[in-house]
Amino acid sequence: MQTTRRQVLVAGSALAVAGGGPALAQGPVPAPQRGGTLTVQLTSEQRVLNPAIQASTGVYVMASKIVEPLVDLDAQGEPVGVLAERWDGSADGLTHTFHLRRGVNWHDGKPFVARDVQFSAMECWKKILNYGTTLYQFLEAVETPDEHTAVFRFSKPMPQGLLLRALPDLGHVIPAHVYAGTDIRTNPANTAPIGTGPFVFKQYERGQYLIAERNPNYWRGNGQPYLDRIVWRFISDRAAASAALESGQVQFSPYSGLALSDISRLSKDARYTVSTRGNEGNTAHTVMEMNLRRAELAKVEVRRALCHALDLGFFIENFLYGYAKLGTGPIPSSSAPFYVPRAAPYPFDRAKAERMLDDAGYKRPSRGAMRFAQPLKLLPAPWGEYTVNFATFIQQSLREIGVRVEIEARDAPGFLTGVYRDHNFDLTTGWHQYRNDPAVSTTVWFRTGSPVGAPWTNQYGYDNPAMDRAIDVAATELNAMKRKADYQEFVKLAVDDVPVHCAVEHAFISVYAKRLMGSHNTPRWSSSSWHDAWLAPA
Amino acid sequence: MKRIGVLALRRLAQSVPVLLIILIGLFLLLQLAPGDTVDALLAQMGGGDAAVAAQLRRDYGLDVSVPVQLGRYLVRLLSFDLGMSAIYGKPVASVIFERLAVTALFMSCALAFAFSAGLVLGVLAARRVNGWPDTLISTLGLVFYAIPSFWLGLMLIVLFSVKLAWLPPGGFESIGEGLTGMAHVLDVAQHLVLPILSLSLIFLAIYLRLMRASMLEVMTLDFVRTARAKGLSEGHVLRRHVLRNALLPMVTFVGLQFSTMLGGSVVVESVFSLPGLGRLAFESVVQRDLNTLLGIVLVSAVLVIVVNFIVDLLYAKLDPRIVAR
Repeated sequence: MQTTRRQVLVAGSALAVAGGGPALAQGPVPAPQRGGTLTVQLTSEQRVLNPAIQASTGVYVMASKIVEPLVDLDAQGEPVGVLAERWDGSADGLTHTFHLRRGVNWHDGKPFVARDVQFSAMECWKKILNYGTTLYQFLEAVETPDEHTAVFRFSKPMPQGLLLRALPDLGHVIPAHVYAGTDIRTNPANTAPIGTGPFVFKQYERGQYLIAERNPNYWRGNGQPYLDRIVWRFISDRAAASAALESGQVQFSPYSGLALSDISRLSKDARYTVSTRGNEGNTAHTVMEMNLRRAELAKVEVRRALCHALDLGFFIENFLYGYAKLGTGPIPSSSAPFYVPRAAPYPFDRAKAERMLDDAGYKRPSRGAMRFAQPLKLLPAPWGEYTVNFATFIQQSLREIGVRVEIEARDAPGFLTGVYRDHNFDLTTGWHQYRNDPAVSTTVWFRTGSPVGAPWTNQYGYDNPAMDRAIDVAATELNAMKRKADYQEFVKLAVDDVPVHCAVEHAFISVYAKRLMGSHNTPRWSSSSWHDAWLAPA
Repeated sequence: MKRIGVLALRRLAQSVPVLLIILIGLFLLLQLAPGDTVDALLAQMGGGDAAVAAQLRRDYGLDVSVPVQLGRYLVRLLSFDLGMSAIYGKPVASVIFERLAVTALFMSCALAFAFSAGLVLGVLAARRVNGWPDTLISTLGLVFYAIPSFWLGLMLIVLFSVKLAWLPPGGFESIGEGLTGMAHVLDVAQHLVLPILSLSLIFLAIYLRLMRASMLEVMTLDFVRTARAKGLSEGHVLRRHVLRNALLPMVTFVGLQFSTMLGGSVVVESVFSLPGLGRLAFESVVQRDLNTLLGIVLVSAVLVIVVNFIVDLLYAKLDPRIVAR
């Protein structure tokens, strides 16, 4: 059966509404087979393979097969224990106790103990890990009453739900006996990781490939993991990457690693599955950020008018080949615990946009003339096709309503410096990754107080005390229901003030050979351990 | 032999100021590019707070002024220390050394192929000037010259790897097969066929045009007529008298174009995922890994100097009237 991209999209939305539970709608599952090598294509490599000091999908896609977190998300998107068997929290939210799995050994043979969790949390997650430094800011200590219990003590209330949903990304445990007393950043184990996971690090040839082999002593047992070996190949040229997939050299391309045109083409090829399923936990928005330092953009009516000028349905269908849907606010529809359905806030209406600009005092001097004295300077985020194409689309759309936009393309370091340090932009596009709880990396886009130069924060001069209050209240609210309600206030303010237009919502696209089985069965599968993945005979 | 050694040393000494100017110029030029290697790292991470970034800048020695950074670099260079690579966390010298072998093998094969095929085709075309072989070869040459190497590379992959499945689509060797000896050599050769073709065809076209023109010119010279008048066979005239003289501009061009080829290998290495110097250079620009980039430029500059030195020696060999000085 061929799956069209529209079907994929519809399936994706249905799942998202159902709570990201991709376990449904599966036919009879064939019995897993042992053996085989899974080869995965990656567009770029990383400086380290240590998810305890670097939180990014590029690290997880390799290292999380070797190093495991305390908690992951199950098929329904609910926290499930990995290195932690179970947990309980105190009523005041200040203490969270994790009961650790027994009988787990590191790949070097030493037993996994509570001290490893203590070391990872206090020395890595709290001090070095991106997003961890914020999340664990008020983590005072991790106590180890015995070898299999780790007690997290916070000085401010930490909602259990937030901690558990953050841990799959920000809770990988590395061995204390390897790292303690060394410079964590330069420890050789960062590029030759030692973990407890189903695959053991074997070889890393920089610029070429990484190999991990089956861990015969994996704690889950039951013949898992099924694969003998995983090879990650670094193929930076996207056209070459799809050729590698089509020639059978590679079986899996994660995280939208191919050109969208190739993804669309391969979705019609019966040999491959092309889907956002299994990536719901890695949902992101393609956004337009507006610099409020620019006089025109400081007026909220102007910002709203610009949003109304974008025909996002057209953009999704023609630029993104349908692999996306309209954004409704900073919390994506895939986030069941926090999402309340709402309509896309700024439907396409060019006449309305023009009227709003007229009313705001920016009339066209003459037909065909431009409304602002100076063009808007747009820095496209160089994070791939979505953000770069969106910039072009914005430029063309705004021209229609008499707003001239000049695009200044830069590479990643240049972009980060221009936007977040020098604030030398009027508009920019962005890729806002949602990490399963708004407090992890979503509210930071709207809260004041981030130092100048801190990337991926509010650097567009947006300042609303009501917004800051809403964010702070929700972050420490312990009652899950109340917390969800608090975040609706946050969403409402974010949408009304619209310093950031969360235009398009999308999950990463996976492209893989149909013979890859037991895959994409959890919402963050590409970043999970792949202990139950297997390959059907070619 | 001793004379050549002295000559080589003198050439190298003469090039030291040039190398220094290149390095300092590049160092300063890169300061104009916004963002540093910590920004690149943050971009890769997708987040990071200001305190961690400041700590990283200290670790990479980026917290001091540009003149101090440059001074530190030059002082280290005096002791032949190229510094640490930010991307790889290893000394730059060892990072480059690992990649140099791949690039050297790849480029010398491409150069050898372009040179020899260009030579043979050029001679063939010149012998039958304006006949059908000449027309065919010249047209082919134009086509090769007009095709951009990255596009050619992709098309070769589509044809030979995806459709026909004869050759691997990329990489330097089969991964994890543990091949040794002859099997390994054949495996690498298989992986290199398509990249070499993509890189060399454009140079082949240039060499063939050059060889043809040069042959035609030499064939009209007096000493060729004399040789023919002596009653030498046509083959003998071509090999001993024409070819040798016609080769001089070719050899000049090889020296000149070596650096162009180094540049072209960046693209081809990316398309074929070859772990060579070109891709390393590209990666270090993107990641603002200054030490690695300067190291690559230094090594490439030395390579170009060495190749041109060899070309000078070849001149003397081809034409005894020229003496390398």
